[in-house]
Amino acid sequence: MNQKLKTLIFLLPLLAFIGLAGFLYSGLFSDPSKLESVLVGREVPPFELPDLYNPDQTHDQSILGGEPMLLNVWATWCPTCYAEHTFLNTLREEGVYIIGLNYKDDSRAAAVNWLQELDDPYQINLFDQTGMLALDLGVYGAPETYVIDADGIILHRHVGDMNQRVWQQTVAPIFYRARLQAGLSVPDAYRHLARDSEQGGGDE
Amino acid sequence: MIAEIGHFSLVIACAFSLLLTVVPLLGVARRHGGQMAMARPLTYGMFFFTLISFIALCWGFLVSDFSILNVAQNSNTQLPAIYKLTAVWGSHEGSFLLWMLIQAGWAAALALFSKRLPLVFAARVLAVMGMIGVGFYFFMLLTSNPFDRTIPLIPVDGHDLNPLLQDPGMIIHPPLLYMGYVGFSVAFAFAIAALLGGRLDASWARWSRPWTIAAWIFLTVGIALGSWWAYYELGWGGWWFWDPVENASFMPWLAGTALMHSLAVSEKRGSFKSWTVLLAIAAFSLSLLGTFLVRSGVLVSVHAFATDPARGTFLLGFLGVVIGGSLLLYALRASKVVSYSRYELFSREVMLLGNNVLLVVATMVVLLGTLLPLVHQELGLGSISIGEPFFDQVFLWLTIPFALMVGLGPLVRWRRQKWADIQKSVLLAFALAVLLGWALPAIFAERVSGLAVLGLLLALWIVFASVAEIKMRLAQRDNILSSLVKLGPSHWGMVLGHLGFAVTLIGITMVQNYEVERDVRLSPGQSYSEHGYTFHFEELRAIEGPNYHSDKAVIHITRNERDVETLFTEKRFYNVRRQVMTQTGLQVGFFRDLYIALGDELGDGSYAFRIHYKPFVRWIWAGALIMALGGALSISDKRYRLKRQSARVMGQTSKGTSV
Repeated sequence: MNQKLKTLIFLLPLLAFIGLAGFLYSGLFSDPSKLESVLVGREVPPFELPDLYNPDQTHDQSILGGEPMLLNVWATWCPTCYAEHTFLNTLREEGVYIIGLNYKDDSRAAAVNWLQELDDPYQINLFDQTGMLALDLGVYGAPETYVIDADGIILHRHVGDMNQRVWQQTVAPIFYRARLQAGLSVPDAYRHLARDSEQGGGDE
Repeated sequence: MIAEIGHFSLVIACAFSLLLTVVPLLGVARRHGGQMAMARPLTYGMFFFTLISFIALCWGFLVSDFSILNVAQNSNTQLPAIYKLTAVWGSHEGSFLLWMLIQAGWAAALALFSKRLPLVFAARVLAVMGMIGVGFYFFMLLTSNPFDRTIPLIPVDGHDLNPLLQDPGMIIHPPLLYMGYVGFSVAFAFAIAALLGGRLDASWARWSRPWTIAAWIFLTVGIALGSWWAYYELGWGGWWFWDPVENASFMPWLAGTALMHSLAVSEKRGSFKSWTVLLAIAAFSLSLLGTFLVRSGVLVSVHAFATDPARGTFLLGFLGVVIGGSLLLYALRASKVVSYSRYELFSREVMLLGNNVLLVVATMVVLLGTLLPLVHQELGLGSISIGEPFFDQVFLWLTIPFALMVGLGPLVRWRRQKWADIQKSVLLAFALAVLLGWALPAIFAERVSGLAVLGLLLALWIVFASVAEIKMRLAQRDNILSSLVKLGPSHWGMVLGHLGFAVTLIGITMVQNYEVERDVRLSPGQSYSEHGYTFHFEELRAIEGPNYHSDKAVIHITRNERDVETLFTEKRFYNVRRQVMTQTGLQVGFFRDLYIALGDELGDGSYAFRIHYKPFVRWIWAGALIMALGGALSISDKRYRLKRQSARVMGQTSKGTSV
């Protein structure tokens, strides 16, 4: 065989590795919280799920909307959910309306137990044992948080834990702008969102 | 103070690894024997100081020194002493220190047992081990120092170790896996040293074979242990999840298995040399890649530890240097290698090539399946996830030709085999396998499933073909007993390895096709029957453990009015982490496991239970252990211990023995 050609063939593994490394490098800096959801800008798919506390009561998509809210996907098997729980409690104290979606949990009792121990930041908690709604939403893993506006439209999706930084930098502006648009009150710190949107510029 | 000693030792070990990289190679370049000979003492120094550093960290955990950040985050005073030690490698920083301890340990073992290698070669091999060390020491010192302090704000008590990791299986699982991962660095170092020297000959393959098999044994046992742990600890009743972390350990195993077989060809026949070198590079590269995937947070997985882009960047850079550099060296040097041996289409060489191709395809499938979601997302095609159905399907199709070749390969001679000579044995073995593969489920199971017959047929084919092969080897000899011994440990190692694979295959087939899983509701005093077993829920007890409290259900199992066993299944609530864990009750048997997990309370005093009937599930892990045993037997072969003998004599002793 021609020596040049042979060297070229032996270079193939290296080239394949370089290509792979390129993807790994960009993967390193792509923020998983920016995972696009095909559902952003659309309504949450229809569902009918039992309440976490009360198996006989079911909820459907009509609970979403009316006012801007967060839909938080969580589970007791998820250590990060434990980490973000305290912050969700803080948000509730600030008056943020949060709906919980308990995702493929070990058991109802475990989830209820967890909420009793850690406090319950959720207004309503859905029990999605089979992960059907989560599948429709394209949930990547727990925790995930969706911002939903007063019309039940998904505005934003955040993958990973909700914390002070994520909330202040990304989620709160979206959430409070939606509240302003729905004619609801917002904390003083977010009043400027109303002015910004009047001027036609966003701060996203 | 102790922590500072640990930290400082780590710095000294790093300095040793730098010297180990430079001095012996300088010696080789200048043909300076003294500098080359420095490789050994430098290796011992690297190992010694890493050991001191590791002991210092263990001490920090044992005495609960919460001024060390790592200890404060992963251990607390309530933790039992043995789990304080496990916590050393339960964290990101600690697990890298363990990794380095093992890496330095392999290097030291290599230095100790390589006295018979030519000095130039030994110097190069140890220098490559040093290079790998440099990367990891800098990684630890710069981005994940296990000795970071919490001073001045020392916490009163620490967090808890993740309850999932508080289990005897977890004490030895990571060290075993690391022994395997890092062990491939030895084969890698041999390959790079051979490339540097420009000599890829049979002796290189023979030297690196026992080391490769040793690493493979550890990895095999490690993976089996991890699977067993997931089975009884995670409480889901599954034994393999195709989770990225599991895939990360499975890829080097597949490549390592291919490498073992390819080394046999290189040693015996002098063929496949550049291919073998590529596999040696691949096996270790995949170990590194696995570490990167798990540690950098590129993939989100149930196991994933805290992630940090700085660490990821460093690891990727290191990966780029090690893998990219070695592949470049490979392209430059291996392309000059000329293979001269001849073989025909139906020969042992081609069988092993087929085995290699299938294993490499399997590796690629796992790699792509693990990375595709990432690539997909980076190309802007949206997020997708690839899971069990994909892998199960592909592996089903890969297993069929693979298992056929595992059986046939050993029957076939090197260079050339006449079909007529083995036709009778092959057809007989295959006919028996087909017959029994169909008959066993037809007699013992309530239904015959096509996949079950296929799996059993393949496994039995391997068994019968192995028997046929041994019979054929004995046919030429008179005294059966002494010739059984004369086949040699290496040969028996191969037979055991293949039989182990068959056993695992039987386990997988039976579990996949015949397991039963039921969710039932029971109040104390009620019973449920499945497969002739009656599960009687006797009572529920409240238990206080050292760092948890729990509800414990007592289940009495009977069969045909006879007692089988009383099982306990618990829901534990861990106080510090506020995490709930299920402890499953297991009744272990040779032919089946009974598995029961306590679910939630359903009101009115009844509880949900998950009851599994798992036929042959033990065989999955038993098979892995048999494979590992085969590996051990193979290493014990005398020809790896023959010292200072010329290649000519070696060639003669290995004649007649097989792979």
